[in-house]
Formats: sequence, C-alpha cells, structure tokens
Amino acid sequence: MILVDIFTMAAVGAGMFFFLAGTVGLLRFPDTLSRLHALTKADNLGFGFIVLGLLPQSPDVLSGLKLVVVWLLVQLAAATAGQLIAQFVGLERRRDPAA
Amino acid sequence: MIGTATVYGLCASGLVAIGLYGLVLHPTPLRKVIAFNLLGSGTFVLFGVAARRGGAAGFLADPVPQAMVITGIVVAFASTALAVALLLRLQETGASSIETTPPEQQDNGAS
Amino acid sequence: MTLLPDLALVLLILTAAVWTVAVRDRRDAVIGFIVVGLLLSLAWVRLNAVDVALTEAAIGGGATGLLLLRACARLVPRPAESVLPHPAMRILTVLLCSAIAAGLAAIVLMPVEPPATLAPEAAASMGELGLGNPITVVLLAYRALDTLLEKVVLVLALIGVWTLTPDQFWGGAPASLRAQQSSGALTLLAQVLPPVGVVIGVYLIWNGADHPGGTFQGGTVLAAMWLLVMMADLREPPEIRLHSLRLLVILGPVVFLVAGFAGFWIANGFLSYPPAFAKPIIVIVEAALALSIAVILGMLVAGPAARAPR
Repeated sequence: MILVDIFTMAAVGAGMFFFLAGTVGLLRFPDTLSRLHALTKADNLGFGFIVLGLLPQSPDVLSGLKLVVVWLLVQLAAATAGQLIAQFVGLERRRDPAA
Repeated sequence: MIGTATVYGLCASGLVAIGLYGLVLHPTPLRKVIAFNLLGSGTFVLFGVAARRGGAAGFLADPVPQAMVITGIVVAFASTALAVALLLRLQETGASSIETTPPEQQDNGAS
Repeated sequence: MTLLPDLALVLLILTAAVWTVAVRDRRDAVIGFIVVGLLLSLAWVRLNAVDVALTEAAIGGGATGLLLLRACARLVPRPAESVLPHPAMRILTVLLCSAIAAGLAAIVLMPVEPPATLAPEAAASMGELGLGNPITVVLLAYRALDTLLEKVVLVLALIGVWTLTPDQFWGGAPASLRAQQSSGALTLLAQVLPPVGVVIGVYLIWNGADHPGGTFQGGTVLAAMWLLVMMADLREPPEIRLHSLRLLVILGPVVFLVAGFAGFWIANGFLSYPPAFAKPIIVIVEAALALSIAVILGMLVAGPAARAPR
C-alpha cells in the first residue's frame, strides 16, 4: 500500500509543479495569448497529474471512472474558454491594430 | 485550542465586516449588490460554524443549519436576480443622467 | 499544524474579499466575487458540509457570477464609479465594521457549551424515511415547510423580475442571450455538453437521497445547460406569456403543496409522509421541484421581457 501512496504523492506533486508553472506564466508573460497558452497547457497537465495521482486511492472502479469524467469535462470547459478568449483577443486586434 | 470551526468563524466575521463596508460606502448599485452578497456569505459561514460545532447523534455536523444555508443561498441568488433586474431597469429609464442604449433598441436593431 | 490549510484558505478568502470591495473596475469586482464564491465552497467542504459546498459552487459562484457578469456587460461605464465618499465617512464605516467583526469574533471564540444542536431531531425523522442523506431529510421532511416557502419565494422573485417589463413588451421574450459574435467553440460546447450535463443533473438529484446532492444542486446544473444552449444561440429564450413555461414554473410548489395537503389524509398532518410511500412521494416531489428550479433559475438569469410578443 505504501507504494500506492508514494505514487500519489509523486503525481500530485508533479501536478502542483505544473499549476505553479502556469501561475508564473499567467503573472509574467507579456500578453493575453501567451498567458492563455501557459494557463491551458499547464493547467490541463497539472489537473491531469492530480487526477492520475488520485486514481489509485479511489475505493472502487466507479469512483475512479468519475474522476476521469471530471477530468474530461474540465478539459472540455477549459478548451472552450481558451478558444473564446483567443477569439476575443483576435477581434480586439482587428478592431485596433495599434494595440 | 482553536479548532477548524473557530478559524472559519473568524473568517466569517471578516467577511461580514468587509461586505458591510462595501455596502455602506460604494455609490453604485452593482457594487452594493456584490458587497451585500459577501455579507450574506459571511452570515452563511457563521451558520456553518454553528452546524459544525453542533455535531451529535452520529453526524459530524448538525444538518439543520446546513439545510437552512442551502435555502439561504438560493434565496440570496433570487434576490440578487431581482436587484440586478431593478438596477438595469433603473438605468434604462434614465433615472440618473447617463446615456443609455436600452436592450430593446439593440434587439430591434438586430432582429 | 493541521490548521495550516484552513489558515491559508481563510487568508485567501479574506484577501479576495478585500480586493473585491476595494478594486476600481466593476468587472474586476464581479470576477473577485466569483473567486470568493469558489474558495468558499472549499471552506464548506472543510466544515463537513458537502451539500452546501455543491450549492455554493453552483449557485453562489456560478449562477450569481453569470448574472452579475451579464449585468456588468449591459451597464454603461460611469466616471463617478471609483470615487468613494468623504474620508471621515470611510473612517466611521471602518470603525463600525471593525466593531461588528469584533462582536462576531467574540461570539465565535466563546461558544456555548454544550453546543446547541437539532441533530437528534433530524436523526429521528431520518429513521422513519429510509433516506441516507440527513440534509435531504431535513429539507424535505423535518423542515419541509421552509423548503416550500423558499420555492414560493423563488416564484415571487421571478414574478418581480417579470413585472419590470416595459408595458409594450409584456408577454414577449427576454433579450437574446447570444454574444455579439458567434463562436464555433461555444456552439460545439453547447451541442456536446448538455446531454452529459442533463445526466449529471439528474444523477445529482437522484443521488441526493443517500449522498451529498439534491434538488437545488441538480436543478442548477440543468438550468446551466439550458442557459448554455441559449447563449450559443441554439435556442431562443421563451416568451413569458407561454402557458407551458408558467406551468413548469409553478409545477414544483404545486406538487409539493398537494403532497403536503395529502398528508392530512394519508399521514398525520401537513407535509408529513406515510411511512410506506415516503420514498416514492419524495422522489416525485424532488423531480417536480428540480424541474421548476431549473426553469426559474434560467428565467431569472434571462431577465424581464425585452421584445414585443409575436
């Protein structure tokens, strides 16, 4: 059982690292599109690692499947949000090329 | 010793104070509505602290205040919806001297 | 230091709340409010209130945030926005708020021993009904009258929003929720997610009998799916004079009332359930309630009518 716990800690730790990287990108990158890139890449990976780490801890297969469904839904929502924000940025740039 | 519930109780007192400050001082209705919601959330967390402390009969927390908080959250949303509709209508009828483009004119332009 | 995550969370919540009140821009304040709502749902989990956490995330953070963002988009920017009143007024308000916070903190730090609790009464009514989730038992059986009155309050709020319709638009449909530019990504989401969302909403309602969940949480998920479809311009908001819409709005409270009055004949009083049929009656009442909640929440976000009826 202790091996499972080590795996969980390692995976959740990796997820935390990616979230941290994404947050640093959000704070430090110069414009919206690069911040978006940092956020979506890092948060999808970060969340994926956390779910991966929690999978061995779930009491039965159904709970593990629910975790995977949560991960897929978050992917869907984050992808759509990223597309919408990027579309809005493109619109702003077309309206005002100087900015 | 200070337990989990006490920490969140202090958080709730802070939220109530912050919400009340915003409610009293902000001149515009939308900011007042937001501050009022913060005040309400603080009150709900106080209920939650009472629920957590009242764990008995095999429960970790008293379910009755928690059910009341669920009711309260829904009613707070309903009153926020009514407040938002009121303040949008207030803007449309031009009660203050600001330029407005009421949504019905936007819609007639679109359709 | 098992309190460390709680202290960190409380610090985050208070910082976000202060930022929400202090920031200049209106939209920043709304986003700060959504952040506070989501952090609070974590706080609810730490307080062993998972049902409340679900409700706070769905309604407190999600639905209220959506409402405020739409309002923000339609409000005209005002230059007087960032001007807070006279410094003396601010100092007085700070003193007042500090006094109130100190008073509440004193109440929190000096609790009554033994703590007041109604848990034994709730546990007693749980045994009769065979449900596993004490919150659902309290909402639908022990304090069923509160839930009934709250549903009526929701209907009244919707009527209040509808009365703000200008006379010439009475009976028409609310303003379209679609964005100014159509987006392929949003349309795709609105086609892919709602079937999954409806299943999850119904699952939340059904599972609320024994595990955290229930009518409010599931109903909000259903309302969110409907709002998503309207925002992607796949459906228009319905006209408020439609009989079918009004029927769905009152379906929940009416079914609940009928079940309540039936308690006079088949059980012992208003809103009490006969032990044999308790679970089926509660399931029917829950289904009607959730449907009504979904429709009411959706129409509350859509707002008063803004177009003349066809």
